[in-house]
Amino acid sequence: MINKDSDNLVVVDGLTFSHGERLIYDNISLSIPRGKITAILGPSGIGKTTLLRLIGGQLEPDCGHIWFDGHDVPQLSRKELFELRTRMSMLFQSGALFTELDVFDNVAFPVREHTRLPESVIQTLVMMKLEQVGLRGAHHLMPSELSGGMARRVALARATVLDPELIMYDEPFTGQDPISMGVLVSLIHSVNETLGSTSVIVSHDVHEVLSIADYVYVMADKRIIAQGSPEQLRQDQSEQIVQFLKGKPDGPVPFHYPAAPLEQQLRELAGGESAGK
Amino acid sequence: MIANALQQIGRRTFDVLATMGFAVMTYMKVVFGFSRMSVFVPLLIRQMYVVGVQSLLIILVSGLFIGMVIALQGYQVLVSYGAEGSLGPMVALSLLRELGPVVTALLFAGRAGSALTAEIGLMKATEQIASLEMMAIDPLRRVIAPRFWAGLICMPMLATIFTLVAIYGGKLVGVDWLGLDTGTYWSLMQAAVEWKQDIGSMLIKSVVFANVVTWIAVFRGYHAVPTSAGISKATTETVVQASLMVLGLDFVLTALMFG
Ligand SMILES: Nc1ncnc2c1ncn2[C@@H]1O[C@H](COP(=O)(O)OP(=O)(O)O)[C@@H](O)[C@H]1O
Ligand SMILES: [Mg+2]
Repeated sequence: MINKDSDNLVVVDGLTFSHGERLIYDNISLSIPRGKITAILGPSGIGKTTLLRLIGGQLEPDCGHIWFDGHDVPQLSRKELFELRTRMSMLFQSGALFTELDVFDNVAFPVREHTRLPESVIQTLVMMKLEQVGLRGAHHLMPSELSGGMARRVALARATVLDPELIMYDEPFTGQDPISMGVLVSLIHSVNETLGSTSVIVSHDVHEVLSIADYVYVMADKRIIAQGSPEQLRQDQSEQIVQFLKGKPDGPVPFHYPAAPLEQQLRELAGGESAGK
Repeated sequence: MIANALQQIGRRTFDVLATMGFAVMTYMKVVFGFSRMSVFVPLLIRQMYVVGVQSLLIILVSGLFIGMVIALQGYQVLVSYGAEGSLGPMVALSLLRELGPVVTALLFAGRAGSALTAEIGLMKATEQIASLEMMAIDPLRRVIAPRFWAGLICMPMLATIFTLVAIYGGKLVGVDWLGLDTGTYWSLMQAAVEWKQDIGSMLIKSVVFANVVTWIAVFRGYHAVPTSAGISKATTETVVQASLMVLGLDFVLTALMFG
């Protein structure tokens, strides 16, 4: 059952997953190379967060394999899974800072849980991480006192404090002002460089993603419809890709939710009203 | 046809058993699963403060008034039989056997239970629970266990405080206002109250209620649909279900212990 692949840290193979009745993924496969930044692009509600949760073992696929460094994540026992999770971390869309802890304690939290380092070492480590995201001066603030961009930077510091091999970013740019966006892009880049870790970004912010990623998958309608380097995708002429990358309102992905023709519905409404009188 | 029906029954039974098994497993994990004492005790103390100390005011005020009202009503009835001397035993027994644990549990469900559900539901909605999971920390141990234990420890203490304050309220009305003899009030009460029967039943009831109310509160929160509508629904359900369970179980326990 070992599928050791030296180039790829994560390999998703023939994954099918549904939330209850609703099919989210129909037999998708993708691989995430070590040390690189891989991006997964797709519109809202397509299942990007779901994919990250599948990789993290929080959800179980209907069928297919998810290999993390040779371990098939869905097959692991809870104990093995928890061991594996110490090697990965996830930056949640909302930041997910613990509201009852201040910035310092939030970043120190995983360290205190998983190591027995003396407090002075923790202090140094946390301050270094906060310095990296430019928030050393904010160590005493509570999460409620932070702006959205700052919260995400604290979350980034917390996610990287134990130097994980895999960092998963869930829509890191969504809802950020242009400056925070730029800051986050360069932070994610520098984190990847300095830690030598593997990064996965799921997002629908085409521009930022194409500027930062080494390799990009584009998802639509339960499948992967395109993949390649940012350069290759920019060259791609297929309608679906062009619509998504350029942000055109109508195209293969329709603007209108499927419905009966407007004329017919209006007539029915008018008919219903006069019948009611 | 019959095979089909049997199959249905079988599946239902299996589902129910599986759910029950899951519930028992989770319960065991929450009750006995805390890992390091050095981590658990501070969390527990913090929650005991939130759940217990912050419920104290409502418990004190309600206890005082309920004791006063019972004494007033009881006096009216007893005096017509010339038995107003028995006011002490009447107040103490009705509080120890019924009102103390029951009213405390109802107040606790409204004050602390709803807050627990909302807090945990919000932690889920803001991905804090998922974030713990991804950090390889079990939220059942980290978030649920300290809150559950805090409720378990605090509620019997609150019920005791409630009962004591209410008995004092009864004395305020009976002795200080209506003019009963202090000695009679206390000595007849002491003679009537039995350790095992009365104080024991109060403690048993409040331990059972503490389990039920806190369990419902933490689990409604943990399994809340993580949206604003979902959390508000879960909070309401906590109060309604916990209150109904308390009243129903109170009848069962009373029947078992006094019936
Ligand atoms: N726990 C759940 N139960 C049922 N459906 C869900 C659940 N979580 C998410 N979904 C649905 O699955 C789809 C994919 O969700 P998600 O992965 O959050 O999408 P994305 O992150 O791409 O916006 C959404 O349409 C959502 O409504
Ligand atoms: Mg999402």
